[in-house]
Amino acid sequence: MLHIVNKSPYERTALASCLAHATKGSAVILIEDAVYAAVKGGAAEAELKLALGRVEVYALGPDIEARGMKGRVIEGVKVVDYGGFVDLAAEHRTNQSWL
Amino acid sequence: MSEQGGEKGGMDLEEETSGVVKKFMFVNRKAPHGTIYALEALEVVLISAAFDQDVSLAFLDDGVYQLAKGQDTKPIEVKNFSPTYRALEGYDIEKLYVERESLEARGLTEDQLIVPVEVMSGEELARRMEEQDVVIGC
Repeated sequence: MLHIVNKSPYERTALASCLAHATKGSAVILIEDAVYAAVKGGAAEAELKLALGRVEVYALGPDIEARGMKGRVIEGVKVVDYGGFVDLAAEHRTNQSWL
Repeated sequence: MSEQGGEKGGMDLEEETSGVVKKFMFVNRKAPHGTIYALEALEVVLISAAFDQDVSLAFLDDGVYQLAKGQDTKPIEVKNFSPTYRALEGYDIEKLYVERESLEARGLTEDQLIVPVEVMSGEELARRMEEQDVVIGC
């Protein structure tokens, strides 16, 4: 399963709920405002690091750059471009958007 | 659809009229009247039922409020669609899953819900999500 999150963790509980329900070996991609969750030093960092042992976490590069967060991404979070996002969607049998 | 040879379950993948039956889960995470998500999800659920798909509904986070008994929307002048959940059975949609943690966090109990549901842990619900062919967040 590829989980897709697009809301800031500081405004919505979508990421928290997603991480609580993502099973071992699944993948999570942070896009749009959800990329703020992948920024070092934020309150969401601990939660995300905890999840990194269990699930793969990706963040969409163009959205990180658009928000001025380039180079501030938490270690272990893999930054992908649009092509990488498409590959992830193709690699996983199913996907789920956490609106 | 009638069962063939007394066999139960979704093993008959090929229907003579409609082709493949997929497992669809609608994951409802939003309260009913503040946004249009819940009502729109219900519309799509009913459409999917018309195509004889294997449909289940999950309710978690604020989505559990959709099933609260006693909703009266007259004061806010919008449609009260909560009775529609009781009609789902008539469309052979009987898999309604509610996350226990979400209910408890909101002080709700199973008997305060408008329809019979299966209450389960988040862990169990996550397993059910993994079993699906299509998961639609709403």
